[in-house]
Amino acid sequence: MEISRRDLFTVGGKLLVLASVGATLEQITGAEPAPEAYKMADHWWGMIVDIDKCIGCGNCVRACSNENHVPGGYFRTWVERYQVSEVDGDEQPRVDSPNGAIDGFPPTTRAGLKSFFVPKLCNHCAHSPCVQVCPVGATFVSPDGVVLVDQSYCLGCRYCVQACPYGCRYLHPDTRTVDKCTLCYHRITQGLTTACCESCPTGARQLVDFKNPKDPIHEFLRHDMVQVLKPYMATGAKVYYKDLDGSVR
Amino acid sequence: MIPGVDGFMYPNEIELQWGLLIVLYPYITGLVAGAFILASLERVFKVEAVRPTYRLALLTALAFLLVAPLPLQLHLGHPERSFEMYLTPHTSSAMAMFGFVYLWYLTVVLLLEIWLDYRADIVRMAQSTTGFVRLVYKALTLGSENVSPAARRIDDKVGYTVTVIGIPSAFLLHGYVGFIFGSVKANPWWSTPLMPVVFLFSAMTSGIAAVLLLYMASMKVKKMPIDMRCLDTIGKYLFYTFLIDFTLEMLDLVHRTYEADESFRSLDFMVHTRLMFSQIVLQILLGTLVPLALLAANQLWKFSEAQRRVMYITACLLTLVGIFAMRWNVVIGGQLFSKSFLGYTTYKVSFAAREGLFTAVGLMILPLVIFVVLVKLLPPWAERKSV
Repeated sequence: MEISRRDLFTVGGKLLVLASVGATLEQITGAEPAPEAYKMADHWWGMIVDIDKCIGCGNCVRACSNENHVPGGYFRTWVERYQVSEVDGDEQPRVDSPNGAIDGFPPTTRAGLKSFFVPKLCNHCAHSPCVQVCPVGATFVSPDGVVLVDQSYCLGCRYCVQACPYGCRYLHPDTRTVDKCTLCYHRITQGLTTACCESCPTGARQLVDFKNPKDPIHEFLRHDMVQVLKPYMATGAKVYYKDLDGSVR
Repeated sequence: MIPGVDGFMYPNEIELQWGLLIVLYPYITGLVAGAFILASLERVFKVEAVRPTYRLALLTALAFLLVAPLPLQLHLGHPERSFEMYLTPHTSSAMAMFGFVYLWYLTVVLLLEIWLDYRADIVRMAQSTTGFVRLVYKALTLGSENVSPAARRIDDKVGYTVTVIGIPSAFLLHGYVGFIFGSVKANPWWSTPLMPVVFLFSAMTSGIAAVLLLYMASMKVKKMPIDMRCLDTIGKYLFYTFLIDFTLEMLDLVHRTYEADESFRSLDFMVHTRLMFSQIVLQILLGTLVPLALLAANQLWKFSEAQRRVMYITACLLTLVGIFAMRWNVVIGGQLFSKSFLGYTTYKVSFAAREGLFTAVGLMILPLVIFVVLVKLLPPWAERKSV
């Protein structure tokens, strides 16, 4: 069969019109090609906190509270201000965290003290004591390393609250189940970072994925002096602190 | 400054998670375990002198055991989900085992032993009563109405075996409750391998004291004579058990003081401030040293019957107060200091709340009501058997 030049232009023109109509429709409806599905097995989440960068502004606490509808008086994350004297060891550090530092900190009146801020959140421990003690398994570690609570299953016995060495859990006054930091699971599984990390003006908090070979965590762990909170608890904490002072508890 | 808080607490720690009802939980299970172990003295270890309290001790254990899960149930945020502990228990959780330990103890040990011991009486009462009461006793026979000497011998043999199984079960029940606290590594006030052993001996102490008091009260109500030989023997066992309990607690205290690890400053501060009354005054002075002195005096010198009765009543009442204070100091004391060891919070008991004082008082009265019903239904005294 022979195709004339005229036929070729006619069919080609029609195809062009169809393709442009399709593209316009896609733009109007906003349909996008499906993103690559989130695979839990490809991730192992944690966080790094750079103590020197934290300015105690409380942005992270506010962002977390708004993002996760945290009830007043309870905290999924908070910031502590440490003021340590030279005579450390015998004298205890002065620590405050007014309302979890949701409004930042008032200026300190004490001079001559080493002062720094310590953001706190669930350490998403690999060997989590809270997961160990839950009588029904409502608290669990997800395959991507996030400690979560199944709100539809939690009894509200609060054994996990007792077992957490870091004070990261509370009983939600409305749901009567235990609540805690989810590492913004609804965000990180969509390719976003956590609300606290996103809102930090100095980049003191950074979400990290240990299974991503390009993640800065690897460089961080290789080169920086890092520490986890209460290492003697052997909980496999995955929130790593840079330049953490020995007085921090 | 936050009212009631000294120093720094992690912000989620300010409110206590386990309150008065969780104090009752180890207290009540302790009474159960202690009462049962006293009953086993007669049955397994053939201490004939305590025979008058054998059945009474079993009924005491049952009355308290029936109430034991209630404080837990009332404490839960979602009590309607508690059955999940049976359906999908988390095997690594110490708490998940409570339901099974409880059911084992209730059905296999206590109910079976009581039924076997009372079976002949139940059959007799099913025949001698009329109307609704007769129906109740008829139901309690579970269709087993053979009370021939041969059948009774089988009852006795099986009952003995059940008691033998029951002793480690009672140890398990309360040692396990101690483990729930003792295994929390995040809390230095709780985390000690001594905790299950201390709980066990304090359980025995409180259970024995409770049965002794209930025995004396029952005799008074029934206007029956108190068997002083029985009283003295139980008093002796109470003294020895209490002595071991106190030694273990002091060992724990001395060990903590001598080691003086990171948590010591916090714990020391608490004992000298917030726990001064409940620990030093109530638990150690009034609740331990005074009863121990009274019981020791009875071992050393001779007193008249009337004097001994007063001494036993005082010692037992103070013992019950002391062991309650001990549970309070463990449960509440363990939450008054921050896990940062930098601050302290306060616990205020509410009155009319679900976990408040009224509920707690109700939960302590309820076992006594159940006890009275049980004693009416299954009289523990020979004099009433023929009714």
